[in-house]
Amino acid sequence: MNSLYYQKRLSRNIGDKFFTSLSVICALIAILPLIFLVTYILYKGGSQITPELFTLEPNPPGDDLDAGGINPALIGTLIITTIASIIAIPVGVGGGIYLAEYSKGGAFSRFIRFGVNVLAGVPSIIAGVFIYALIVSTKILFGSMYSGLAGGMALSILMLPTVIKTTDEGLKLVPNELRYASLGIGASMYTTILKVTLPSAFRSIATGVVLGIARAAGETAPLIFTALFSYYYITGFGDLFYEMGSLAVLIYNFALEPYDAQNKLAWAASFILVLSILSVNIFSRILAAFTEKTKRV
Amino acid sequence: MEEKLTLFKNRKRFGIEKNIDIIFKNTALVLSSFVAIILLGIILVVFFQSFESFSRYGLKFLVTSEWNPVKDEYGAFTAIYGTFVTSFLSLLITIPLGVGTAIFITEDFVPKVFREIIGSFVELLAAIPSVVLGLWAIFVMEPFFRAFFVFLHNFFGWIPLFSTEPTGRNSLLAILILVVMLLPIVTSIARDSLNQVPKKLRNASYGIGASRWKTIFSVILPAALSGIMAGVLLALGRAMGETMAVTMIIGNSNAFSWSLLSPGYTISSMLANQFGEADGSQVSSLFYAAFVLMILSLVVNILAQWLVKKFSLKY
Repeated sequence: MNSLYYQKRLSRNIGDKFFTSLSVICALIAILPLIFLVTYILYKGGSQITPELFTLEPNPPGDDLDAGGINPALIGTLIITTIASIIAIPVGVGGGIYLAEYSKGGAFSRFIRFGVNVLAGVPSIIAGVFIYALIVSTKILFGSMYSGLAGGMALSILMLPTVIKTTDEGLKLVPNELRYASLGIGASMYTTILKVTLPSAFRSIATGVVLGIARAAGETAPLIFTALFSYYYITGFGDLFYEMGSLAVLIYNFALEPYDAQNKLAWAASFILVLSILSVNIFSRILAAFTEKTKRV
Repeated sequence: MEEKLTLFKNRKRFGIEKNIDIIFKNTALVLSSFVAIILLGIILVVFFQSFESFSRYGLKFLVTSEWNPVKDEYGAFTAIYGTFVTSFLSLLITIPLGVGTAIFITEDFVPKVFREIIGSFVELLAAIPSVVLGLWAIFVMEPFFRAFFVFLHNFFGWIPLFSTEPTGRNSLLAILILVVMLLPIVTSIARDSLNQVPKKLRNASYGIGASRWKTIFSVILPAALSGIMAGVLLALGRAMGETMAVTMIIGNSNAFSWSLLSPGYTISSMLANQFGEADGSQVSSLFYAAFVLMILSLVVNILAQWLVKKFSLKY
């Protein structure tokens, strides 16, 4: 009769309790530092934010207490990521269109898909090394060495696999009926793709691309010897061919300075970087959840 | 309506439309082959730049640890050893923590809402730039662990791994920041593969009287193993190539030491540190080191893809 009830002392029940608590402990050890990390960055960085931060140049490290602002780095990050997007999005979307719409699963497309995955795993510093060898050391861009343009190219290599993959997967989710319908009323292949399949996959592709851009904005390793760093305002188009600062490299350089003023600037820059990356991520997540709900109806 | 009908009747396409179609297709083809071109380009460029160093030192480069720009002697053993030690030891800590967390959020210990919040929070953390983690490691983690490292040295100093006085920045801190970095990757991939195990397997196991953890260990985990393994390999590739956080905290010293409490080096931190100021045959040696790193990460990534392909259709 007793055997019908839950028995605490049974070895299997004790073992279950043990492992359950073990997994709870694992989760706690894993999650608590992560929560602490995020709140600390937001708190410590958020307390350094002042209006001057967005308008001033950083002062070169020294004993003076006033570190200045991060305006050139902020603008530089925007410019470098824009350059990377201008290169990576057309190439990636075009490549994704070929993989999803034209290829028939042959050796070529399998090789390209494999290559996309391999390229996604290439360490980011290797992209920097590659661009350094190809562009910086050869001075191929009108004689300029370190430049914002070279930095943007290095970042585009990191963005490319993400863009291709999301385009490929987004287009594959479009139902074939849409394609048949479009081709059936006499549209050619490119009109079908540009007017029917791409627009209906637009939201999922856009989400993936935006996430890719957000990831690229925080990358440092490809920039430290392609775009280098600059303390000065970006004034015109010609500055693309010179050293250009970015938030990520600013954090790296100023974190290693022994001066408190520079360290504070690094915290402020991290706050801006983390806040913008996290909000982009959260926003696109909400958008994706919303899309899923409307699709089911 | 009128317009559509005329289009429909016009069965022969205009030549120009046909041409646009062909151009469009070929443009897409060329764009998609860019991936292959870039990948091959990276491999070839890095290889040819390292050729001078390669022909001079050969494989000896991999096993000697002299790095002396003045005498023009280069060997990357310290960096290669550092890359392996930091990535493997950090994985050793991450795997149980990550898989444990993944089990916690796929089982029903707490209500679903909490589990989903935890899950998406962990995924969000993968988006934090590594340079920010490095900053955090310098100013928060290092002071936090200082006393603990002294304790490790005093009580376990007889183990070679803890045999030196702890320095401000050292390999063990690099390992710990790598754990923070890899946890989101391992956890979210393990969670996905645990979720993909069909529910009927679990029900069958419960049905024949297995307890919850018997089911997890004997049914669920083995079924999800290939996915988890692939995630672990991806994390390994990430750990090997990780640059910024490690460079900022590892101390960057080329002096070889068994101890984790002394400053070390990894290939990527060596590149980040020296590439800007290097010239002459040092550049070539750095390219050689970059080539080694690339081959390592290629092997790990290809292995991961092969694993996914080989075992993914089992259930």
